[in-house]
Amino acid sequence: MSKKVSISINGFPVEISAGKTILEAAEEQGITIPTLCHHKDLCVAGNCRVCVVEVAGQNRLSAACATPCEEGMEILTNSLKVRNSRKQIIELLLAEHNADCTKCYRNGNCELQTLASEYKIMTQDFIELVPLKHVSIDSYSPSIIKDDSKCIRCQRCVRTCAGLQGVNALTVAHKGDKMKITTFFEKAMRDVVCTNCGQCVNHCPTGALVEKNYIEEVWEAIANPNKHVVVQTAPAVRVGLGEELGLKPGKSVTGKMVAALKRLGFDSVLDTDFTADLTIIEEGTELLTRLKKVLVDKDESVSLPMATSCSPGWIKYIEHMFPEHLKNLSTCKSPQQMFGALVKTYYANARNIKPEDIVSVSIMPCTAKKYEAFRPEMHDSGYRDVDYVLTTRELAILIKQAGLDFNKLEPAKYDRLMGESSGAAVIFGATGGVMEAALRTAYEIVTGREVPFENLNITPVRGSDGIREATIKIENPVEEWAFLDGVELKCAIAHGLINAKSVMESVRAGTADYHFIEFMACPGGCLGGGGQPIPTNPEIRQKRAEAIYAEDEGLPIRKSHENHEIKKLYKDFLKEPLGEVSHHLLHTKYTQRERY
Amino acid sequence: MATSNQLKRVDFIFRNENDWEKILSSTLKRKPQELINELISSELKGRGGAGFPTGLKWKLTAESKEKEKYVICNADEGEPGTFKDREILSRVPYKVLTAMAICGYITGAKRGFIYLRGEYKFLLPELNKVIDEFDYYCQETNLDFKISIFMGSGAYICGEETALMESMEGKRGEPRNKPPFPTQAGFMGKPTVINNVETLVHTFTIFKYGAKKFYDLGVQYSRGTKLFSVSGDTPKPGIYELELGMSLQDFVYEFGDGDTKAVQVGGASGFLVPRKKFKDAAIGFKGKLTGISLPTGGSMMLFNSSRSMFNVLDNYLEFFREESCGQCTPCRVGCQQLLLGIKAVKRGEKPASYLDKLLRLTETMQYTAKCGLGQSVANSFSSIVENFREEMIY
Repeated sequence: MSKKVSISINGFPVEISAGKTILEAAEEQGITIPTLCHHKDLCVAGNCRVCVVEVAGQNRLSAACATPCEEGMEILTNSLKVRNSRKQIIELLLAEHNADCTKCYRNGNCELQTLASEYKIMTQDFIELVPLKHVSIDSYSPSIIKDDSKCIRCQRCVRTCAGLQGVNALTVAHKGDKMKITTFFEKAMRDVVCTNCGQCVNHCPTGALVEKNYIEEVWEAIANPNKHVVVQTAPAVRVGLGEELGLKPGKSVTGKMVAALKRLGFDSVLDTDFTADLTIIEEGTELLTRLKKVLVDKDESVSLPMATSCSPGWIKYIEHMFPEHLKNLSTCKSPQQMFGALVKTYYANARNIKPEDIVSVSIMPCTAKKYEAFRPEMHDSGYRDVDYVLTTRELAILIKQAGLDFNKLEPAKYDRLMGESSGAAVIFGATGGVMEAALRTAYEIVTGREVPFENLNITPVRGSDGIREATIKIENPVEEWAFLDGVELKCAIAHGLINAKSVMESVRAGTADYHFIEFMACPGGCLGGGGQPIPTNPEIRQKRAEAIYAEDEGLPIRKSHENHEIKKLYKDFLKEPLGEVSHHLLHTKYTQRERY
Repeated sequence: MATSNQLKRVDFIFRNENDWEKILSSTLKRKPQELINELISSELKGRGGAGFPTGLKWKLTAESKEKEKYVICNADEGEPGTFKDREILSRVPYKVLTAMAICGYITGAKRGFIYLRGEYKFLLPELNKVIDEFDYYCQETNLDFKISIFMGSGAYICGEETALMESMEGKRGEPRNKPPFPTQAGFMGKPTVINNVETLVHTFTIFKYGAKKFYDLGVQYSRGTKLFSVSGDTPKPGIYELELGMSLQDFVYEFGDGDTKAVQVGGASGFLVPRKKFKDAAIGFKGKLTGISLPTGGSMMLFNSSRSMFNVLDNYLEFFREESCGQCTPCRVGCQQLLLGIKAVKRGEKPASYLDKLLRLTETMQYTAKCGLGQSVANSFSSIVENFREEMIY
């Protein structure tokens, strides 16, 4: 039982656990205090000052987000003094903000707009500052657009980039009227350590940081009769999309999403989950091969632990921050890029369509995927493997623009050839999912038996802790993998780059004895990705994760290697895991990058 | 008009007696609790401007159970019109070091830092010499206290104690949320005493002469003496040690040029007092029963009738617009709006009534800004606009 303090809020006495802030106390009582710089994912800043409240006996107002409740406090959240001050602060923010709301990408989902609307700011008495300043828009990055004219300096992005991601691409420069959020030497986002993870976009209250959208390009491709437009949908999109279309978090909308995509005019609606299963086959085989080389052949050129390579934010991060460990990365491309490479080869062949006539679109919970598709090495089909990457949010825009009543759509099924998937692929969208999927398959390859967990749910690798560890002991393997008998396979999972950083530091220091590590750039894994619906917070991500695991349990196939279309792919095209075709199309290499 | 000169000049701070070793060793023989009580009974308040009781600050830090603690001397003297700390550090630096060591002894801190204003780099060689000498003394006498200098980089905001600590920790100099206060979690999250240079020297005086001698100077709520940096339209600019509690009238009688229109007390973040209010205004901390009391870090700027108060305010606001750290909305945007606003009124682009909107804005800034900088912009703004409204408009 924690210690309680007695306070009063707006005249009503309440008991609050000691240590809670005024903001938390008010929330418990069902009183909303407006905030802008505050975010549940981030450390407290207390700099926007819209959450100010009156504490009896104090002339100055207190920031509710940063002030702990103390015994006897009499708090007023809506006194005249509070209202007047708060309103004036909103006016000040609007004076500094390019408030051309109708032309803003975040129109309709902007915290400043909502606040201005609640407080009915009808006039602008203060002098508008944006026209007086040299304000720049950085649109060089393939993933993120940074528009300083819309920045309200709440520093959420800075705290995200530093505290949540440990990247520090965004920071505060200058002071006073020149204070701004910028990058090292004010370079373009494209030219700094930015991993394109898009967490800053997810945490920005306004339109200052948004994804670079490719909505018009996709419409054009769909309208072009000479183009065959193929779309793939990532695992996490199906548990996020509903939020953008009026549903509560935690609703999986796979069937409706497929139906919507077909109505939007895509020629073929396929699933990234298919290549997630493929990734498991390739990556699982790679892991076992590496283990053999290290344990049996004593090949010193092979590195362990092997790190996953599905998350392009993580890839760019390790390229900048731990370039000496690139050899630890699995050479497998991400499911998106495996899909892209196959769609213009295997799929084109099977459907008898010229690859140059295919436009390959992907729907991703991620902004870094836009960058990934842009990487020069991602042209193994002979063409750009993935032409356009849309976020979950952009897909929702397409659906709204097309006038579809999403909730009335009858669920539909993915098209064949590259549309089948297992539950193992779906859970790629949650942190620990790739690990769980890989273990389900690898364990069975090695032992001939299913993983020893009830209903295939490898619960030790699930959860929301930033870093998790699990060990699986291999007993009685089949003859081919006899050398693994008794080996304890040590795994780790890290999500959020700040956690990836601490795991990598132990790898670098040689204190980590893992065999296999799953890294995801975003908190919660892809379901908390930078392209997912805004807002995001731990509760919302928890709901999305529950939806993902429920989807997994509801699928007839739960293991990647049982996916029929995957079997067919190997039989007809790839021949064998890590084979020559695989090597050419499904594997990649990485680039050492500088930090500065 | 009062004509009697009631200013009481004193000479404690710069009195050069070369007896710091004796004071230090005799003080360190006394019990910490006894020293704290002595300090509290002197009623010394912080001389940086905010006036927090020094004895209480030391007591709070001493009471903390944390093992690691720090003493910081705030020598980031940045308030426009203040130049006293520079003098102290160049003329009687050992008094500052001695006071820091005594503070360390009382509070349990083993490390002291002088946060030196970036522009005072020229003081470094001499200061380092004195610190080396002090260091040697500490080693000889087995006194476990080490002082080093941390150079500021020229930001006004880093004079704010928590921004100063952020800066020392290698971060951007931005004020922190309070609580926690530095006595609970200061530099590196450890309990920290942070005092202005002058405050520390006063503690030296108190430990040398006893609290009573200090307490007997000044007036109720404003005990002791204070250094004043006198500048502007005055025939005798310079630094003067005076008893607290004097009336501004007497001050102007002594330092004015016979044509004093107004005095800015406490620098750009202080108040401007017009001639007609000189006799009602006293220099000291709040709590005085009658009249206007003006706390100050010691900056006294005199303006004669040749000065435009619009230009004076314009100048202050330019300063604040640039020196706001930019972190919190009211200060960052507020300062810009105030500056642009008075210009717009002057040019006739905004009606005179816009000044009232700006006055309300300064009120909001005072209530809601995160630190003392944004909160105190209202002081000079409202005192100038209210007293010289016509000069703002025409």
